[in-house]
Amino acid sequence: MSWPVANWERVVSLAADHLVLSVPAILISIVLAVPIGRLAARRPRIGSPLLSLASLAYAIPALPLLIILPALLGTPLRSWQTMVAALSIYGVALLVRSAADAFGAVDAELRDAAVATGFAPRGLFWRVDLPLAVPVLVSGVRVVTVSTISLVTIGALVGVSSLGTLLTDGFQRGIAAEVWTGVLSTLLLALLLDALVLGIGRLLTPWNRRARS
Amino acid sequence: MNLFQEAIAWLADPAHWTGPSGIPVRTLQHLGLTAFALVVAAVLALPAGVLIGHTRRGAGVVGGLSGAARALPTLGLLTLFGLALGIGVAAPLVALIVLAIPSLLAGAYAGVQAVDPAIPAAAKAIGFAPTQVILRVELPLSLPVMVGGIRAATLQVVSTATLAAYTADAGLGRYLFAGLKTRDYPQMLAGALLVVVLTLVLELVLAACQRAAARRFAHPGAARASRPKPRIDSD
Repeated sequence: MSWPVANWERVVSLAADHLVLSVPAILISIVLAVPIGRLAARRPRIGSPLLSLASLAYAIPALPLLIILPALLGTPLRSWQTMVAALSIYGVALLVRSAADAFGAVDAELRDAAVATGFAPRGLFWRVDLPLAVPVLVSGVRVVTVSTISLVTIGALVGVSSLGTLLTDGFQRGIAAEVWTGVLSTLLLALLLDALVLGIGRLLTPWNRRARS
Repeated sequence: MNLFQEAIAWLADPAHWTGPSGIPVRTLQHLGLTAFALVVAAVLALPAGVLIGHTRRGAGVVGGLSGAARALPTLGLLTLFGLALGIGVAAPLVALIVLAIPSLLAGAYAGVQAVDPAIPAAAKAIGFAPTQVILRVELPLSLPVMVGGIRAATLQVVSTATLAAYTADAGLGRYLFAGLKTRDYPQMLAGALLVVVLTLVLELVLAACQRAAARRFAHPGAARASRPKPRIDSD
């Protein structure tokens, strides 16, 4: 176990690269998937083809997508933009369904009550629908976070620097300890971010905590 | 869109459709890798999943396994086996088998577990042996969910089989890695399009299978009502 000790600076800087790719993609996924999910929950006629499209998009293999996107978007192959775009596509595809479930599970009587007490549509979304959808949304975001962190490593195959670089570099140089370091540090990063999302979810739903204690 | 025209031109070139590195051979290799890994993984995972669902014990293991599998980078698995087993198809095959197991296990377990416990209990009460309960009651009823697991595993394996070309000279991924190395973007793009088309075709076929399984098995009452006569009469 001397490899990670001798190379910890490199591991930390690659972990930073990893976060620079994954965190924006996760945030973009949330911002795009929440309104789409709500639309899908409120208008099933538009929603169900959208959800099928999402599951089809999620089926696209990662490395081919990384190669097709530059041709579609005009971005360079080995770039932050291509990588974040690809990760966001998977993130949205994965999150749209849980967002639709989250908004679909909001009690219709509660919404009627809110309308009756004078909530405007915008207030209804921000102060009734969204807070009540948060617990299910958070579990969806946790899945997206973990799978995004693990997917970033594929970028190493086209030369985008991340913890995945340890995998390709270790493989090419035949250093098993380097590959192990790559795998374990990716898992650790996924675990940390998952815990962070869980913590944010708790902060956003203080009423749940009070009910439990 | 010029890049796509070049990729289409690459695909249309008859020279790319013959020989040991032609598109038909590569596609068959890709599907062969996928099928082999899936069959081995299914033999290992489906009975185990059904048994866990039947006894309703060990559910935590299934949940933990599928959670861990999501976090595990597939490229890491592939390179670790590549270093251990050397260049060749053995490493990607083992990696693909390992990748397929969690989805298959979870599908089989969730399918059996979701069966209304009153149904196997009733089967037992009218004299079904435990193996009969599993094979003739729980297995058919769990099929729609189980096919969902098989669908997820197939998609993951057929996608990841692209990466097999990183450690072995096999599959459609070869075009991607060869193109990356020589900066031949049309070849890379053509290979990428081939993989995407193959995956989406499989996804649509499997989604249809899942719907068919759901129609046939998920609503036994509805299925029986739509049939002309119950079978009891003829016996």
